[in-house]
Amino acid sequence: MDISTYTTDAPPPTPRPTETERKRAARGATRPGDRIFLGLSRGSGILLLVIMAAIAVFLSYRASLAIGKDHGNFLTTFEWNTGLQPPVFGIAILAFGTIVSSIIAMALAVPVAVAIALFITHYAPRRMAGPVAYVIDLLAAVPSIVYGLWGALVLVPHMNGLFGWLNDYLGWTGIFSWDEGAPRSMLTVGILLAIMILPIITNVSREVFRQVPQMHEEAALALGATRWEVIRMAVIPFGRSGVISASMLGLGRALGETIAVATVLSPAFDIQASLLNPGGGTFAQNIASKFSEATPFGRDALIASGLVLFVITLLVNGAARVIIARRAEYSGANA
Amino acid sequence: MAKRIDVSGLTAYYGSHKAIEDISMTVEPRSVTAFIGPSGCGKSTFLRTLNRMHEVTPGGRVEGKVLLDDEDLYGAGIDPVSVRREVGMVFQRPNPFPTMSIFDNVAAGLRLNGNYKKSELSDVVEKSLKGANLWNEVKDRLNKPGSGLSGGQQQRLCIARAIAVEPKVLLMDEPCSALDPISTLAIEDLIGELKERFTIVIVTHNMQQAARVSDRTAFFNLAAVGQPGRLIEIDDTERIFSNPSVQATEDYISGRFG
Amino acid sequence: MSHAATIHDKRPSTLRGASLPKWSPWAIAVGSIVVGIGISLAAGLDSKIQWGLIAAILFVLGTYGIAARVEGRRQAKDRVATSFVWVAFVIAVVPLVSLIWTTIARGVKVLDVYFLTHSMGVVADTEPGGGIYHAIIGSLEQVGLATLIGAPIGVMTAIYLVEYGRGRLAKAVTFFVDVMTGIPSIVAGLFILSLMLMFEMQPFGFAGSLALAILMMPVVVRSTEEMLKLVPNELREASLALGVPKWRTILKVVLPTSIGGITTGIMLSVARIAGETAPVLLLVFGNPFINSNPFEGAQASLPLYIYQQFSNSAGSGAAYDRAWAASLTLIAFVMILNLVARGIARWKAPKTGR
Repeated sequence: MDISTYTTDAPPPTPRPTETERKRAARGATRPGDRIFLGLSRGSGILLLVIMAAIAVFLSYRASLAIGKDHGNFLTTFEWNTGLQPPVFGIAILAFGTIVSSIIAMALAVPVAVAIALFITHYAPRRMAGPVAYVIDLLAAVPSIVYGLWGALVLVPHMNGLFGWLNDYLGWTGIFSWDEGAPRSMLTVGILLAIMILPIITNVSREVFRQVPQMHEEAALALGATRWEVIRMAVIPFGRSGVISASMLGLGRALGETIAVATVLSPAFDIQASLLNPGGGTFAQNIASKFSEATPFGRDALIASGLVLFVITLLVNGAARVIIARRAEYSGANA
Repeated sequence: MAKRIDVSGLTAYYGSHKAIEDISMTVEPRSVTAFIGPSGCGKSTFLRTLNRMHEVTPGGRVEGKVLLDDEDLYGAGIDPVSVRREVGMVFQRPNPFPTMSIFDNVAAGLRLNGNYKKSELSDVVEKSLKGANLWNEVKDRLNKPGSGLSGGQQQRLCIARAIAVEPKVLLMDEPCSALDPISTLAIEDLIGELKERFTIVIVTHNMQQAARVSDRTAFFNLAAVGQPGRLIEIDDTERIFSNPSVQATEDYISGRFG
Repeated sequence: MSHAATIHDKRPSTLRGASLPKWSPWAIAVGSIVVGIGISLAAGLDSKIQWGLIAAILFVLGTYGIAARVEGRRQAKDRVATSFVWVAFVIAVVPLVSLIWTTIARGVKVLDVYFLTHSMGVVADTEPGGGIYHAIIGSLEQVGLATLIGAPIGVMTAIYLVEYGRGRLAKAVTFFVDVMTGIPSIVAGLFILSLMLMFEMQPFGFAGSLALAILMMPVVVRSTEEMLKLVPNELREASLALGVPKWRTILKVVLPTSIGGITTGIMLSVARIAGETAPVLLLVFGNPFINSNPFEGAQASLPLYIYQQFSNSAGSGAAYDRAWAASLTLIAFVMILNLVARGIARWKAPKTGR
């Protein structure tokens, strides 16, 4: 049944088909029940598209109201003063902070998540693997506000020691120098984000590794490969695109994480070379922190920064899709 | 370089289930030995005990001795990884690494051990592909993925991959069961050539195939479903197919059961 | 056979590699922990995190050094990979266990019936007392309404994609469902906010529900799609061949077969949106009093309550205790949803199809 030709000229589906529609319907669904049902289900799909379009349109509209009155450069200004006359605000700091914290989170979380996924599928004793997988599954469901609360009240105090240590041994690099302020900096945010996205990356990678056909692993074993060599030859190449998409999923979460960052970070509108001193902010955190005191104009400015975040997450998603599509020819499907 | 295999009193388990019981036999070097028998008689399990692949299966466990020349594969201090270098294996379904090119597939085993120069690798890859009668078909597309080949070509690629590391013994687990008759014939011819250099053990469901390719044939059977498989007899192929000493073998070969 | 000779030079001539005894990983682990503690004490480090990191690094390096000397490089690499995987597992487990443990240990302090049945209406954020009744009401209403909107749309969209969808519209929907999965929750909140600014509306519960519904839809579509694809085509064809119309086939055959999995997916997505703070912060605003009307006036919700107890209370211990207790309540709610959902999935798993 070819629906697509029917789709293009159909009006938005009405819940009750009239007599006149019968002719047109003759090619697709003929019974009233069928027509209603098809209309409802297709209508839901269309509604989803409408919502996506509306998000882009409304955010852009409100953003344009704010950006038009911005006396700084929206992309490069280091300030966020929407209350000034005239207002001056820009996203440079937010973009910097969002990207830096997400990079730290990915650098920490992806290797560990892949290792845990391998632990569950290839290393753990069988009686241990099941419960571990189950617990990590559940941890993926812990709300981010709880991570935020834990991060602020438990993780941050523990960071003092680590920061002092990094400052002592790696302070000369500049990246790890520390002025002994409260350790509520980009590095802390990155570590907390890493902990938060660990379960989701682990779960998806684990599923991918589990699907590696037994026969590929046996082929490697029969050549005299050690367990690690089996993983290198058969498991990781097969799972690579899956791990990439899992990481992108995690990256999406890290980029958009709001509340956990807002509870942990001391934002400062200033770029610091050091990851240990308070500096920077993230898009989402800035929106949450500034929102309650914002004027109506300030809200539009925040919406403008949200639009940038929206676009970034779209790009990340798109990139992930391209990478996966390019890898598809090597997937197990044509093995 | 081919080696003799001496199996004595070998029993293998899956968890608490005994899959094969008390098997003893000798496999001569530079010969083809075929394992035949009804489904579930444990011939594949037995084959996998010969390069310690059985213990890879969860719950897999082995008792008894397998001597490769004079060394017990299950002796203390034996590294199963080294065992598998010496005893190569070809599987039922062709399983080239899907992410690797044809060249890399053949070179995969070599790359595990030691650093080879590009030219050394090319030599070995060419020699192995020639040895597997595949060179002429793939020499122009060595850098294409191995999964793009036909089933029969993939299986010969897997054979090339296995012989590239110069094992002493080559185990084949129903290597033709997923292939069409022409590819099957190509592999059978290849087996005839390979036995000049390797000790070959082949599991097959196809009795004509066993008769065509093997020098000696072992017949496995099980008393009933759920009972462990046993070796009924092993003898020269000609004798097994003309005048076996056990009635059950004759019944199986003449198609009276199984 | 000249090549064969070159090969043989480079491989071990025997099956018998020198190998470390079975207990060696444990011995190396114990050794590195002891040395790690020794170094830490000597250097006067006070953070246990550093102690653990030093021990972990010693463990990986020690494994490599010892194995490389005794067993050779390949085995050493294999052992390092093994030890790295174990270390990664332990490192990851520590914060996650700490999170659960802290939430439980600190949450039970004030969590009692009084806490669950009273609001913050007459209690200042810095004082002890009060509870989360208003937040529970708010959460249940907002999440309930979001589910009423999001779940049917999500399920119907999945039905469209699996049962009808071909052609460009279906492709577009599939693509944008993927994109939608990646929308940060704050962006969904900003979208509804921009609508509210347009109509000059004040915060109210249902606005939060709309944003949560947007977050819920793609998750429901994905999981429902997976479940519908598991229903074997033979079942559909058998029904259609009996002359049953397609829509009745879907309602009476396809959906009942996959209802367990669909329910699981919906419950998991409910658990996810129940913990969302950002959109609620923008759209519902928070309210210390009980407001059971989601269509008018600011409301509270559990995640928002936690955030506000944490950030508006100037470090008051009583507020932190309430935040932990509310966290425990929220986690318990989410976990119970998860466990029940998984239970349903196991119990109702389609017996056919695989």
